[in-house]
Amino acid sequence: MATKKFMFVNRKAPYGTVYALESLEVVLISAAFEQDVSLAFIDDGVYQITKGQNTDGIGQKNFSSTYKALGDYEIKKLYVEKESLEERGLTPDDLMDLVWEDEDDDWAEKPSIILVDRSEMTDVLADQEVILSF
Amino acid sequence: MKFTIMINEGPYQHQSSDSALQFARAVLAQGHEIFRVFFYHDGVNNGTRLSVPPADDRLLQKEWSELSKKHDLDLVLCIAAAQRRGIMDASEAERQGLDANNIIEGFRISGLGQLIEGGIQSDRTIVFGD
Amino acid sequence: MAMLHIVNKSPFERVSFRSCLNHAKAGDSILMIEDAAVAAMDNTSFSDELKAAMADKSVYVLGGDYAARGLSEDRMIDGIKSVDYAGFVDLTVENETTQSWL
Repeated sequence: MATKKFMFVNRKAPYGTVYALESLEVVLISAAFEQDVSLAFIDDGVYQITKGQNTDGIGQKNFSSTYKALGDYEIKKLYVEKESLEERGLTPDDLMDLVWEDEDDDWAEKPSIILVDRSEMTDVLADQEVILSF
Repeated sequence: MKFTIMINEGPYQHQSSDSALQFARAVLAQGHEIFRVFFYHDGVNNGTRLSVPPADDRLLQKEWSELSKKHDLDLVLCIAAAQRRGIMDASEAERQGLDANNIIEGFRISGLGQLIEGGIQSDRTIVFGD
Repeated sequence: MAMLHIVNKSPFERVSFRSCLNHAKAGDSILMIEDAAVAAMDNTSFSDELKAAMADKSVYVLGGDYAARGLSEDRMIDGIKSVDYAGFVDLTVENETTQSWL
């Protein structure tokens, strides 16, 4: 099967709506198709990957740990927009430590989060073939 | 040209199903092909046959169903999203031990892989949602 | 590679329209559908931003959505092209990729 560049665009916070959770389910399935998969976190999408999420008070399952499994599925390009973080008073330190293991480098752990500014994000988006938004 | 259309919202609550339906008709009218229409999130509610809107309102589920019949469209409801929202076909209802099913003719229930396959096989993938 | 950006939110309610403008490249096309159609009207608090984007991008509105919201063609920003669903399909064909700013 052909390989295409797939981009999953996440612009919404988790829990308030189901989009983040169900988007993640699509991303995990996409791994089985050996496509060139990237994720973009723009606007409120950056809240999906903050660390220290605690859902005890809202009766929903905390699914944030699933993002940590993405590296095991060879999904290792998570583009996060700097301006979106800054607008929300966040820094990269507020995000989970998401990594993948590089088979060609003695399984060294490498960061999956790629911090980009708005114009770089625009270039990343422009380079895609299939863009799925949630 | 080959299209895959993704619909993320249910009928009535949001315009996306109306928009997608009009778009799909225009795609077909221009001689293009629709490889698949994939219903995700609350979009799976477009596949129930139990909706009864007022007589002067459109019945979106039936319009999709009829469009499917006329053009042999592949209308797919995501199984995980459908299970969450109680949209069942006969075999799935039986498998889950439920006493009823509610899928409308012309739709089928399948996995998320169908969406990714649609993206791979189609020249264009268009998303309608909220 | 030119992209078609589809926006369906009013800029007066959500940030997605502004986000779209921030991420569209010169030569791209922007199509306003559903509630985003209201942004096609001139003399709003958003019209200057949209006009600035029109310097290097093509902007379209789905005419049916604009009319449905009680807005008349003569109040539309000069240079915005009104299309029907056939025109919408043409735009998706002319542009290699499509992004919906949900």
